[in-house]
Amino acid sequence: MDATAALPTSPSATKGVSLRLVQELEGHEDRVWGVAWRPCDGSSILASCSGDQTVRIWEHSSGSSPSSAAWVCKAVLDSSHNRTVRQISWSPNGNLLASASFDATIGMWEYVGNEFSFIASFEGHENEVKSVAWNSAGTLLATCSRDKSVWIWEVLPGHEFECVSVLNGHTQDVKMVLWHPSLDILVSTSYDNTIKIWTEEGDGDDWHCAQTLGPPGSGHTSTVWAASFNATGDCMVTCSDDLTLNIWDSSADLSSANDDDSAKWKHLATISGYHDRTIYSVNWSSLNDLIASGAGDDCIRIFSKSQDGDQEGSQSYELVQKHEKAHTADVNCVQWHPKNPRLLASAGDDGIVKIWEVVGDLPHV
Amino acid sequence: MAPALINANPIVHEKKKRTSKPQANYNDAIPDVIDELEIFDHVRDITDPEHPYSLEQLNVVTEDSIFVDDAKNYVKITFTPTVQHCSMATIIGLSLRLKLLRCLPPRFKVDIFLAPGSHSTEAAINKQLNDKERVAAAFENPNLVDLVEKCLVSTEE
Repeated sequence: MDATAALPTSPSATKGVSLRLVQELEGHEDRVWGVAWRPCDGSSILASCSGDQTVRIWEHSSGSSPSSAAWVCKAVLDSSHNRTVRQISWSPNGNLLASASFDATIGMWEYVGNEFSFIASFEGHENEVKSVAWNSAGTLLATCSRDKSVWIWEVLPGHEFECVSVLNGHTQDVKMVLWHPSLDILVSTSYDNTIKIWTEEGDGDDWHCAQTLGPPGSGHTSTVWAASFNATGDCMVTCSDDLTLNIWDSSADLSSANDDDSAKWKHLATISGYHDRTIYSVNWSSLNDLIASGAGDDCIRIFSKSQDGDQEGSQSYELVQKHEKAHTADVNCVQWHPKNPRLLASAGDDGIVKIWEVVGDLPHV
Repeated sequence: MAPALINANPIVHEKKKRTSKPQANYNDAIPDVIDELEIFDHVRDITDPEHPYSLEQLNVVTEDSIFVDDAKNYVKITFTPTVQHCSMATIIGLSLRLKLLRCLPPRFKVDIFLAPGSHSTEAAINKQLNDKERVAAAFENPNLVDLVEKCLVSTEE
């Protein structure tokens, strides 16, 4: 056998990309757990949340390129929670910002007239709320907690939020909830090592678990910390304490509820051997095929679909950048900018939010 | 009536002699390399949650149960509860974690494990003690923090 066959022969278009630090955003007084880009108006606003119980809003002063160091702290939202704010999520129109807190509540901020006002706090979970996510239409909100449950809330007129379903199925702490980019399909990841796919049955409010992705067979062997969809939503990546990323694929028609629901998602690839400690965050760019990860080894890594992969249906992914000491402590969150394929935000245990620019050739979309 | 002790008659061991550290700590020119003995010095006097003895006296931690790789910024502590079904194992683990959080430079990554075979729910406790989100939430719980702080009082001269 030709020994060279095992080596990557065709150089990838993304070989040699690097990360340039645009700016360090200092202000939080404890570890930063998450960052979220506001999805509209050019996405010149970034929110971050922290163990210091606050949410900070960062804005890029308009007029200059978003990759210039012109980010400033625009607001500190400190009146909604009295414990860690674990995650934040913008409504699709960018008018509402939801926050999930260890204080067992979900906070809701409205952004109108360039000001943030606290409009609601809702309760229901028994203990720490770990994650909150809006569906693509902005009509539903999902939350999850250490109490092992996932809740679906309907957004009613007048800033009312009504719980329409409590989903039990996970046997442990639920770490993250995430909606499909265009369909009402919900994903949850858990300390029980599994990923669950939830869909609505028939007409209205009858949610059930359509599929559980995990051992035995394929899947993660420890806590699944996060998940992210690609732009079209036919692929998903998950990250875990088992030091691997898994890629899941659905070639099925997800919009039809009639197909065999139980096997729509299939394990496509495992990316292993790259991470040295727990992978806390993974994010698939909505603008190309780059996947960023943030881990407890202080590194940010970027993976790309391999050009020479795709043999016999197996897909391979290659590391195109490993940025060491991206933070001086664990990297808790990485998020690609929704409009600019070169911008990435990260959050770390060092209390810092960082804005990065990808330098080099991006993959073809 | 006082609650029944989980281990009413623990074996108490002798404390090891203290060796004073060389001057490295006081001279910025010499890089402060952290070793097993230094970590042991930080944690040996933590009081057991159930007994008026230190973790050293009960052999819960020993110098040999600590592994340090200073160059890689890594510390691993393995501890052995006095009985296999010790319900205080989580509190001991959290005490070790909080103590090291306060003493070690932030560059260090710390893993804390039960000694293999030392506990009936070893895997579950190990997973919890090394999930930083669960640990962060525990340290925001006043009742738990209270228990942990009581164990640490004896380590603060």
